Amino acid sequence: MKPTDIAAPDYFHKVVDCQWACPAHTPVPEYIRLIAQGRYSDAYMINWKSNVFPGILGRTCDRPCEPACRRGRVEENPVAICRLKRVAADFKDDIRQRLPKPVPTNGKRVALVGGGPASLTVARDLAPLGYHCTVFDADPEAGGMMRTQIPKFRLPNSVIDEETGYILALGVDFKGGHRIDSMRSLLAEKYDAIFVGSGAPRGRELDIPGRKEAASNIHIGIEWLASVSFGHVDKIGKRVIVLGGGNTAMDCCRTARRLGGEDVKVIVRSGFEEMKASPWEKEDAIHEDIPILNFLVPVAFVHENGKLTGVTFQKVKAEYDAKGRRNLVPSGEPDQTFACDDVLVAVGQENAFPWIEQDCGIEFDKWHMPKVDPKTFASTNPKVFFGGDAAFGPKNIIWAVAHGHDAALSIHKMLSGEDIGERPLPEVQISSQKMGIHEWSYDNDISIDKRFKVPHRDKVVALKDIRAEVELGYDVKLALGEAHRCLNCDVQTVFSTSLCIECDACADICPMDCITFTGNGEESDLRQRLKAPSLHPDQDLYVSSDLKTGRVMVKDEDVCLHCGLCAERCPTGAWDMQKYFIEMTHAGSTCPTKSRSAA
Amino acid sequence: MTYIAKPKFHHPGLKKNELGYTHRDYEGKISTLCAGCGHDSITASIIEACYELSIEPHRVAKISGIGCSSKTPDYFLGNSHGFNSVHGRMPSVLTGANLANRDLIYLGVSGDGDSASIGFGQFAHSIRRGVNMTYIVENNGVYGLTKGQFSATADRGSKSKKGVTNTDNAIDLVAIALQLGATFVARSFSGDKAQLVPLIAAAIRHKGASFIDVISPCIAFNNHAGSTKSFDYVREHNDAVNRLDVLVSRDPIAVDYAPGTVQVVEQHDGSKVALRKIDADYDPHDRLGAQTFLARHAAKGQIVTGLLYVDPDAEDLHEHLNTVETPLNTLEADTLCPGSAVLDKINASLR
Repeated sequence: MKPTDIAAPDYFHKVVDCQWACPAHTPVPEYIRLIAQGRYSDAYMINWKSNVFPGILGRTCDRPCEPACRRGRVEENPVAICRLKRVAADFKDDIRQRLPKPVPTNGKRVALVGGGPASLTVARDLAPLGYHCTVFDADPEAGGMMRTQIPKFRLPNSVIDEETGYILALGVDFKGGHRIDSMRSLLAEKYDAIFVGSGAPRGRELDIPGRKEAASNIHIGIEWLASVSFGHVDKIGKRVIVLGGGNTAMDCCRTARRLGGEDVKVIVRSGFEEMKASPWEKEDAIHEDIPILNFLVPVAFVHENGKLTGVTFQKVKAEYDAKGRRNLVPSGEPDQTFACDDVLVAVGQENAFPWIEQDCGIEFDKWHMPKVDPKTFASTNPKVFFGGDAAFGPKNIIWAVAHGHDAALSIHKMLSGEDIGERPLPEVQISSQKMGIHEWSYDNDISIDKRFKVPHRDKVVALKDIRAEVELGYDVKLALGEAHRCLNCDVQTVFSTSLCIECDACADICPMDCITFTGNGEESDLRQRLKAPSLHPDQDLYVSSDLKTGRVMVKDEDVCLHCGLCAERCPTGAWDMQKYFIEMTHAGSTCPTKSRSAA
Repeated sequence: MTYIAKPKFHHPGLKKNELGYTHRDYEGKISTLCAGCGHDSITASIIEACYELSIEPHRVAKISGIGCSSKTPDYFLGNSHGFNSVHGRMPSVLTGANLANRDLIYLGVSGDGDSASIGFGQFAHSIRRGVNMTYIVENNGVYGLTKGQFSATADRGSKSKKGVTNTDNAIDLVAIALQLGATFVARSFSGDKAQLVPLIAAAIRHKGASFIDVISPCIAFNNHAGSTKSFDYVREHNDAVNRLDVLVSRDPIAVDYAPGTVQVVEQHDGSKVALRKIDADYDPHDRLGAQTFLARHAAKGQIVTGLLYVDPDAEDLHEHLNTVETPLNTLEADTLCPGSAVLDKINASLR
């Protein structure tokens, strides 16, 4: 293999698995260290800069970082990254002084359609640069689906108010209760740029017999959640069936439990494992005495005298074809009917753009989705950008934030007369963490604690009050314990070939057998010759140039604990622990075009 | 020294030996030696060899004297018996322990000061008596703990870190061990685990006095130009006569080496050693030949490594003395001390 180019910013970025997996690339280990030091406000600001909604995401994020967390490859459970983010939000001081101040306008006007996370991120990035941002939303308050679809027992209004408030205070003009129903007229208002962050607002229908006849007791999940959120709906029947296996279904069933549902069931077509809902959301639902029934496909709503009485399901089983694709086929068992008073349909969300006229220069594909450049988020109309669920269909908040940053960067570049296709590299700061002969500026003593559970409100109390937040969040002590589980993957093991005397000290001390000195070869061959088996080929090998004996140093990054013992036991300083602070370049930052080489 | 304990986590894919242990289970405390010390690599090699042989740690007694090398038993086999004895007295303590309980595996760990200076006599007598043990000398040619004076194994003409030339002749412990009748003699290098680990494993399997001289560079005081025990010097002058693989199973060996290049040596317990010859003329069963070969190469400044001599049919001290097979600690009191009538009988037979 060729020697690893550690000057390429992506190489060490990939080693920080959590940050690499995060769509917004939040510098996770950095803020976790700050939490361990009790510097909650500093931890919050790192998050705020990167993911805009630390308090909201710390409660609701889909956590792509956690399955990626290296700790999950070392022991059973990853670090509770998401809930530590909430700790930063919960324990911070008043940070308003640290936020950007409103600035005089630069004369450029940007319209943002929809007041959810994507639009608000664009506004957050552009307003401090002097752009006059106007956010339009049909609802009276900002937040979009974060406010309307996520139940208050998971995300209290106070958190949404606070974090949307920080953005609106930057001088953003929020037009609540103002639905945009014509792109043509919006274009006619001569904004310099338009960002569409209107989400995926339509709940998918379930068109099976009985749907029309029993309509008064069949509700579309996201619409029903929004009605609950606004207080229009405050009760439901005693027996409720929720159809669908995603996170919306989990929100629906738990909400139903709080509005009078005593016998609430989730019934899903697929098996339990394949359900789209996050494992922790399924756990929370089950904890609230909600059974999840699998491999049942709804075939008809049963009704008597125009009133819903139940739902009939066909039993199916999973079969796999030659290509390993799963098909659900009838199991041959008789259909089963479950009695109920109400049904909540949460079988997916769809985009809908009836308000974008055909002559707006915005092309759509055959799935009726706008054609959007996945890098710049520009549509075929160069002035119109899309982001969040509106761009590529339903995802989650953190993706909307990432899209927002990228779209804001495009808008800023376009309005500065630059090429929007040229994207800046991330900013990277590198610094050795060596403090003394065996002292490092980070805590390298690896904690063997198991993942700490987040305290929950007592179930009886929680089920009585739809606004009572179920998760209470870590206290300071639990947060400290959980923070110590972080392996500091951003403190990189950096190897200098010229200093190595091949004494084997690093290979001998490494607790995870990551380091091998051997003859060079092709990657597939090298992976066979490592000291410990290579379990994850997607994890890079760090290969040195030729050493004095003609061998190379090969480090499998996979399960490195970043404990620094290789560097402590190295007599010549060939290994050093260097912190790579990698931050995405947002609109208005100085844009480095070349990466710095490693120190 | 490192302040933190070595993390308990280990690679999830680590293989387990027949006992269900990973090599991490054979570790001891974290080393307090200087960073990069060759001794730590020898420690790692002992760990690896014991792991590969699926040795039960509680069946091992590790005994050492004084010095950097003699600290190392603290760093491996944390669940074995250990005795950190007096300077140069490891061989006596080991001999005594062995006489009392022949069932344990005896690992004597010593250094060039401990074995070639203060304990030279002890070293000699334990070898000549044929104590069943693995005697490892971690040989760096300097007194590291007292800041790098030449030891008795430092080569004449080699230079100290400050540039002083050694004017004394060196003791070659391998040559002495051969002369004194050791039945397994090897030399290796801490920087070559591929050679060292199987040597240690074969030595543990050998019944009789096994001696391994391991050149182990002292990073702090003896790894400079002019030293003959530095990484660079040893790598340049290493003349390996053979490589070996230890085969624990008693099954016939499927040899996949070119004919004539491999010699299979069966040990008394049925385990086998496959020697891959590098020097075609070298015969590891020829004690005299080995001595001459060694002397000839030493004169050229070359360091001969590998399995230099082995007598697979060796006897040990217990056979010479016709001692009881049962460890003394499991003998009943009346067997251990049969009473004055028996003593009288013995005395009478000697009159």
